[in-house]
Amino acid sequence: MYTQALNTPFGDPEDDDAERTARFQARIDADERIEPNDWMPESYRRTLIRQISQHAHSEIVGMLPEGNWITRAPSLRRKAALLAKVQDEGGHGLYLYAAAETLGVTREELVGQLLTGKAKYSSIFNYPTLSWADIGAIGWLVDGAAIMNQIPLCRCSYGPYARAMIRICKEESFHQRQGYEIMLTLAQGTAAQKAMAQDALDRWWWPSLMMFGPPDSQSQHSDVSLRWRIKRFTNDALRQKFVDATVPQALHLGLAIPDPDLRRNEATGHWAFGAIDWAEFRRVLAGDGPCNRERLATRQRADADGAWVRDAALAWAAKQRARDRQAAA
Amino acid sequence: MMAEPVVPRPDAPKGSASGNTPLWEVFIRARDGLAHRHVGSVHAADAALALQAARDVYTRRGEGLSLWVVPSGAIVASDPADKAMLFEPTGSKIYRHPTFYEVPDEVGNM
Repeated sequence: MYTQALNTPFGDPEDDDAERTARFQARIDADERIEPNDWMPESYRRTLIRQISQHAHSEIVGMLPEGNWITRAPSLRRKAALLAKVQDEGGHGLYLYAAAETLGVTREELVGQLLTGKAKYSSIFNYPTLSWADIGAIGWLVDGAAIMNQIPLCRCSYGPYARAMIRICKEESFHQRQGYEIMLTLAQGTAAQKAMAQDALDRWWWPSLMMFGPPDSQSQHSDVSLRWRIKRFTNDALRQKFVDATVPQALHLGLAIPDPDLRRNEATGHWAFGAIDWAEFRRVLAGDGPCNRERLATRQRADADGAWVRDAALAWAAKQRARDRQAAA
Repeated sequence: MMAEPVVPRPDAPKGSASGNTPLWEVFIRARDGLAHRHVGSVHAADAALALQAARDVYTRRGEGLSLWVVPSGAIVASDPADKAMLFEPTGSKIYRHPTFYEVPDEVGNM
């Protein structure tokens, strides 16, 4: 546990110390965990703050596309499951903000970066949920891709992030299964229901592959993140793992993956897939996806609408403290 | 276990309407007979809201039977830089362990 006095301020001149950096790298190479008040290079701290906060923002914004269907879920069972899932995503955001705060930022600063559009979040959440089948596709594909990304993060070199990820991964597995169950039910239903499931797969497949980030040849942060053991696998390796795991699941559903180039390489056992439209990825990330403005506006509205509640709670707490002091005097 | 308790940066405004909601550390007793264990932190204006938030954030799947919330600033911690000074001396005190002492086999378990 840590006290305020122990928090290393930003821009410590010691940070560029080559000897300390070498010792830090040796700890990483020995697979030791770095804890909040241990010395760390400033760039390691900044990298983690960026990654963990973007991850947290993604969980929070990720509540919106699914929240869109809570009131229209087709049964009470589906509705209860979807509510629980969306509530989990909110919880995951909070675990992650708490992990980021151990690096010397406040949650308020991080949320501020989201609300002003300064911070990024996963581009997948800028796509709309047009039908109930999209809830199935999100659970199956989007949570499936997220789990693929997150499992190696459970062994991330930064202790608080790794511990948050362990908890998150434990909770996520229900998300993927409930999504696949929705897809399975639709795929075995009427022709119209099966078409709805196919349409959802058609729209979510490529954005899900983009969730793993740019190809290794273009990824700015991969090398350093691997050296620091923040990441354990490259974007392309994880993407391939996801495709290999997901194609047989689609076959089982009797649905077609919207990629004419998809074929199994008999020699390697891997599924080769077609070219990803990285121009679309960059466009959505830069703010021009179908729902970017709506997502941000919704978060800004939620923050503004909730301000009086936060203010009232703080005012009440201050009043109670004053009363307690008076009573004690 | 997850997020580490940490108090906001020294320059961060604390608990004002425009500033930050205080930070609390959350501890859960998983079942009777076990100690409370640190699981993470929450932000809340006061103790009652902190308990409510801890319940919502950390016990959605039957994780426990009892919750503690403690203001993060109330925790006094040892400095990691003092690790060697504080904890290494015990490494050489092997006579504090039962295996240091020899007892003949025929005496049986002791």
